[in-house]
Amino acid sequence: MAEMQEFWRWTEYNWRHPEMDWRQGKRIASGIDVGSVSSQALVLVDGQIFAFSNLRTGSNSPDSAHKAINGALKDTGMELNNIKYTVGTGYGRVNVPFANRAITEIACHARGANFMAGPKVRTVLDMGGQDCKAIHCDERGKVSNFLMNDKCAAGTGRGMEVMADLLSIPIKDIGDLSYQVDQEPQPVSSTCVVFAKSEALGLMRSGWSKNMVLAAYCSAMAHRVSLLLGRIGVEDQFFITGGIAKNPGVVKRLEKELGIQAVKSQYDSQIAGALGAALFADTLLQKGA
Amino acid sequence: MIANYGYKDGSGEFFISIDTDRCNSCGECVPACPPKVLEMATDEYDPLSEKTVATVREEERKKIKYTCAPCKPASGRGALPCMAACAPGAIAHSW
Repeated sequence: MAEMQEFWRWTEYNWRHPEMDWRQGKRIASGIDVGSVSSQALVLVDGQIFAFSNLRTGSNSPDSAHKAINGALKDTGMELNNIKYTVGTGYGRVNVPFANRAITEIACHARGANFMAGPKVRTVLDMGGQDCKAIHCDERGKVSNFLMNDKCAAGTGRGMEVMADLLSIPIKDIGDLSYQVDQEPQPVSSTCVVFAKSEALGLMRSGWSKNMVLAAYCSAMAHRVSLLLGRIGVEDQFFITGGIAKNPGVVKRLEKELGIQAVKSQYDSQIAGALGAALFADTLLQKGA
Repeated sequence: MIANYGYKDGSGEFFISIDTDRCNSCGECVPACPPKVLEMATDEYDPLSEKTVATVREEERKKIKYTCAPCKPASGRGALPCMAACAPGAIAHSW
């Protein structure tokens, strides 16, 4: 039997600063973001990003936290006990065994976005694996207003994974393929993962192409988060964090709907939470925590 | 900071908004709420501040439509106890 291809699977990876020597550093702080779908660990040395990892969260949050930090520290010579302060964040933040403190991901994403995209960012949209958050923040990355999405995981990263699997399309190609349609279709009526799945099957049976279904799903998701943002108001500059920020099929449609461009950043949008947590850890270290 | 606790679903938007800059940490709202939805805690969205503010308890956040319903009869509705108890006017309901 041919091996099953996992279309939903995205690339896990580690990154480290090519030149920095952490042994010269005075403050070593880390942030661990254990999300519902992905986990990140990020190490800051004197406020600069030294290394990070981006992995899938398994079924065990403490394990994922260990895997993430081990991934980030791999081949760096640094060990867990070299890190002076660790902040845990995300869905599994209370399950990070080596964390000194847990901080809510809303505060961390705002802080991370402030670092990644600059102090002019006022509106942060975190499009994560299981929920979306609209955050309004000030020039220091302090939250001034925020809103979580509805009760369910409709229209989130997990939903995209399910779509990728259903249509047998690698998840990283969804955004581009969703534009390869002759005409932009109507959004699907529901972003609920289960309903959208049966709706997608129905549409394909009636003759829609896979790309049309993707376009309809991406625009439904964009519309849904634009309603979320509508409640707190979108103020320039606007920045998107989380895995869905890598999907142009949703991002460009959302930009069109809101009439505002999202700020681009050189950093991976998925590390925002861990970066914010590490920045808080760094600040707490400086305060003598 | 304005913290919005609650959710939106097919039947409407259900949010309790707490303005943490207005909240004076008095705690009067906590006993005023009959189903005990509110509690005082350090501001979890501003980790560097030590201020204690009113928040909606974590386990209530996804069901406030139902928990708050007894205070919101269809007719003859007076002031909500939580809002009435809040002297600085930091609490608001979206529905």
